[in-house]
Amino acid sequence: MRKPPAWRGPGLVLVALAAIFAVAPRLYSNESVLFTMMTFMALAQGLNLLYGFTGYLPFGYVGFFGTGAYATSLLVTFTSLPVIAAVLLGGLAAVVVGLILGPLFRLSGPYFSIANLAASQIIYNVVANEALKPITGGPYGIKIEHVYAPTASYVTMLAILLAATALAAYFRRSRFGLGLRAMHQDPISASLAGVDIVRERLIAWLASAAIAGLAGGAYAWNLSVFYPEAVFTLQISVFAIVFALFGGVGTVIGPLLGAALLYAFYAGIGVSAPQYFELLYGLLIVLLVLFLPNGLASLLTRRNVDVL
Amino acid sequence: MALLEYALIGGILYGIFFSLVGIGLNLIFGVMRIINLAHGQFIMLGGFGAYMLARGMGLNPLFGIPLAIAGGIVIGYPLYYGVVPRLQKSQDPEMLSFILFFGIAQMIEAVAVFAFGADQRSLPQDALGSGNIGVLGQEFPDSWWVACLVSVLAMLGLYLYFSRTRLGFATRAIMADRDEARATGIDVDRVSAIALIIGIALAGIAGVFVPYLIGSVSSSIGDGLTTTSFAIIIIGSLGNPLGTVVGGLVFGVGTMLMQTYYSSWSNLAPYALLLAIVLVRPSGLLGRAVRRA
Repeated sequence: MRKPPAWRGPGLVLVALAAIFAVAPRLYSNESVLFTMMTFMALAQGLNLLYGFTGYLPFGYVGFFGTGAYATSLLVTFTSLPVIAAVLLGGLAAVVVGLILGPLFRLSGPYFSIANLAASQIIYNVVANEALKPITGGPYGIKIEHVYAPTASYVTMLAILLAATALAAYFRRSRFGLGLRAMHQDPISASLAGVDIVRERLIAWLASAAIAGLAGGAYAWNLSVFYPEAVFTLQISVFAIVFALFGGVGTVIGPLLGAALLYAFYAGIGVSAPQYFELLYGLLIVLLVLFLPNGLASLLTRRNVDVL
Repeated sequence: MALLEYALIGGILYGIFFSLVGIGLNLIFGVMRIINLAHGQFIMLGGFGAYMLARGMGLNPLFGIPLAIAGGIVIGYPLYYGVVPRLQKSQDPEMLSFILFFGIAQMIEAVAVFAFGADQRSLPQDALGSGNIGVLGQEFPDSWWVACLVSVLAMLGLYLYFSRTRLGFATRAIMADRDEARATGIDVDRVSAIALIIGIALAGIAGVFVPYLIGSVSSSIGDGLTTTSFAIIIIGSLGNPLGTVVGGLVFGVGTMLMQTYYSSWSNLAPYALLLAIVLVRPSGLLGRAVRRA
């Protein structure tokens, strides 16, 4: 039997994703739930690019999301660039922040996570500072409702989700991704085997930052009026982490499935029993870590099924 | 000059108290290599314990201290045997504990909202003395001094535990090398469970004074306290409980100086300090130079 070509699996996933989210708005009228679901799928996938392949957990991941959201909104407010260009530059802004935060990789494990969290809090406190009210609106939020376009921002977010997934597929199947995983397991051996640790890690980090920044930009476009808390709440980091873990990090379909299923579940509880939301979601995280630490995808890989 | 003196002395008092806020987290990390992301929520529970005693039963909030110790035992013992050995068998205990304890933090917060609502609660202002005590002409409320005194006593107690008791020796052995300690016949699980209880109890004791130093206690203060505690213990150095005191002082004085001179940016102080120090000395001010790749 011939081996199927390497692009077939990723191609199928991308086509399926595009088809599902192209058709879904016709079947389900609450488009904002679908939009938020895509946002979290993109974020979970973006986080997976770093955490899943290098083991560095960016607890301040929301910092990139908020940076993208504010960079996009400010560009729309103060320049006459088309919104799409502003969203792309939002991604670029997150990459620049990522470069500035590059020295964080001198830290390991929890130090890295907490320092990253501190960095995101600094960005938040600067953006939301009363003193910057004339520029960012400070704590009173920012408005770009004159460019509000639900359909265009929906399509943009879908494109970002597809880009994140394509990147994850590349990481999963390429020599580059193999190098990352080798580094995760044993940095010294990997570097002896010729993996340029510093460079590869930085690329994964910037790719991950770019996805969050782009998603932030498209999210800001879709909301069009928001407070700084809305794009800087720690809950965004946490959701991305939990969703990615639930599905299974280090795979391509894991974070997508995890984010889609759990977000649907949360949206469900949020509507039917909001007072138990926090309790149930805390309990779910605890059970997840104790009984399914490698995520849904591990149910298959354990049985030697080759999961993309 | 008076302003500077006020900031420095206030910063030292504030910093000593915040050493107590952070120390439990550091102890738990040092002994178990577990990141207790629910630390701030345990502090919050301590604050509500004191609130119940003071407002519900008319007792002095200081009775919150024995309550916090009892709470540490009731919560810490089952928590240890329920999750810790299982976590330590997993591939990446540090990272997984991070996420697991985040879940626990969410549950505690949800229960606190059910039990106490989402409002801010304060304690009777004069319960710890209604006057001010001055040093060098700078006056601070009695409650700050009491909080500071209790913090010093608690940390002194911890120091004596480490340096004078068999359990303390065993705890230090585990901090140095868990497997080696097991091999020499130390009951690692029992000693670690006690360390977890002490860590939670210290958080609860700090919580008793939070309403005085921060102004109030509410069910949502946990995450902020956790982040601040992390800043403090990382500044001091992770896994070295006594380094926390240095971290607390740096944090306290830094925060007070910022509040005095640049109050609108003072929220940034703990995070900026944390980043700056960690980037210059990746293992904290008192850390040994250990670093992976």
